[in-house]
Amino acid sequence: MSALRILVPVKRVIDYAVKPRVNKAQTGVETAGVKHSMNPFDELSIEESVRIREKKTAPGGVEDICVISAGPTKAQDVLRTAMAMGADRAIHVDVKEGEDLEPLTVAKLLKKAAENEKSNLVILGKQSIDDDAGQTGQMLAGLLGWGQATQASKVEFGEGDSVSVTREVDGGVETVRGKLPMVVTTDLRLNEPRYASLPNIMKAKKKPLEKKTLGDFGVENQRRLKVLKVTEPAPRQGGGKVEDVDGLVAKLKELGAI
Amino acid sequence: MLCTARRVIPHQLRRQIAQATTTTSPSAFLSPAALRRLASTLAILEQREGKLNHGSLSAIAAAQKIGGSVHGFVAGSSIKPVAEEAATAEGVEKIIAVDSGAYDKGLAENFAPLLVENIKKGGYTHVIAGHTAFGKNLMPRVAALLDSQQISDITAVESENTFVRPIYAGNAIATVESSDPIKIITIRGTAFAPAELGKGSAAVEDGVDPKVESQTEWVSEDLAKSDRPDLATAGKVVSGGRGLKSKEEFDKVMQPLADTLGAAIGASRAAVDSGYADNSLQVGQTGKVVAPQLYMAVGISGAIQHLAGMKDSKVIAAINKDADAPIFQVADVGLVGDLFEKVPELTEKLKK
Repeated sequence: MSALRILVPVKRVIDYAVKPRVNKAQTGVETAGVKHSMNPFDELSIEESVRIREKKTAPGGVEDICVISAGPTKAQDVLRTAMAMGADRAIHVDVKEGEDLEPLTVAKLLKKAAENEKSNLVILGKQSIDDDAGQTGQMLAGLLGWGQATQASKVEFGEGDSVSVTREVDGGVETVRGKLPMVVTTDLRLNEPRYASLPNIMKAKKKPLEKKTLGDFGVENQRRLKVLKVTEPAPRQGGGKVEDVDGLVAKLKELGAI
Repeated sequence: MLCTARRVIPHQLRRQIAQATTTTSPSAFLSPAALRRLASTLAILEQREGKLNHGSLSAIAAAQKIGGSVHGFVAGSSIKPVAEEAATAEGVEKIIAVDSGAYDKGLAENFAPLLVENIKKGGYTHVIAGHTAFGKNLMPRVAALLDSQQISDITAVESENTFVRPIYAGNAIATVESSDPIKIITIRGTAFAPAELGKGSAAVEDGVDPKVESQTEWVSEDLAKSDRPDLATAGKVVSGGRGLKSKEEFDKVMQPLADTLGAAIGASRAAVDSGYADNSLQVGQTGKVVAPQLYMAVGISGAIQHLAGMKDSKVIAAINKDADAPIFQVADVGLVGDLFEKVPELTEKLKK
């Protein structure tokens, strides 16, 4: 079996616990001074890559775990976190603050990166929690012409470069089998990401971080979707509380819910 | 608008139609006026073991909002009966069917090229599928093959190129305009009522089958069996959270309530992660998005990721012992109390 060269794309997003606020100009969400962190699904991707190495689940072993992020300079923070969790090295593709890339552009960039790095497994999060698009992994697999296994809750390796992936689907799970090279996207149940320990955070500072630009990958930030406006969702009016179960039943009847 | 377009530019339009049919490049459809005139949508329908997924008829309903012609697409083994049933959907002009067992499991690696061929052949300007496990897996691959930036999980169609979609777990609503000649769209099922069956009589036509080999093969599946209504489309949903304490208690408390109301059972991520309920029951940003008539949250605090999956419900009721739980801020009616007392009492009173 081929040794694994894993590419893990990560995204810096507003922290999942922060309630985003729409800006006054209605052009987007306030990001200044807001806590950011690694997209939670991407943490699962790194954790899985590191576990594949540690648990020696892949017969050919893991040769390299490379993390990549396209974003502002601050995206380097999440790359350092990824290396503290166990990734070997990082590539930062500099994109100015506020000039976010659309998934198709990211997929084109990653295609080139996967080719350059001779990756044979790309593990991505199933969606980023800011745009909620859920497209990049599938687009990348399409562009590369590789097999894909999305929303993975279990990844197992067999002989002859075979990869079995259990996927979360509507109503349960299904298992598909493919061969390297392959694209896998992670679902919540895949694993529980580790915390980066202080010594590992220190070590991660010495790991290589390559700085690149979009031009290095032959892509431009071409936007196909124009955001016309961003608004707050219609607020829900809390209807207050009732004293007891009778009150609850009466209110539900009044609202026509039962 | 349509009439004007037809009157003013007949020659130009004819030329573009001619170009569009002689070239496979989607960029042949350039003029916005021509786009308006030619808007035609392919709605991707889902089937499973020879049965049409009625929820996927929402794609036809969304397609009708775009205007122009609406065709449906199904693929699988012995697809004829499925195609004929789909052909009775209101508003659909034609059903394209591809009869081949290779597409039964909806593997994106061969289904995407299949769609691409049929999209090119039909000259569609819009392709719509549900934002379901099937649609999520398949459509971005289709979009990439067509060099189109997909628009995911839309909740409204404003015009043929402008769509509304929630971002940041539904904490913001974005209106986006697409400049792609072929728009690849997934829709939030709860935002578009499925097209009604038995009201139309569309023609069924064989699609093209490029017979691309899939790099992956389907091995097995394990689906939760349930006699209850489907969570995603149920009129009523009762949902349990961490407050249920164990799987036994979850089943003991939630099932009688669901049975009494004729409701589907849902769960918060906490309940799923703790093993109280199956993964497929999770409601939220990373699980199912539901919008039933009644959503009853039991022992659920109401984290933003959970609210993302249920806050479009018509009526939200909450039972929680913590009076300050965020769920009460969105609930139409809230009851503070111990769910182990209140829910059985509620179940009894509802039975009467």
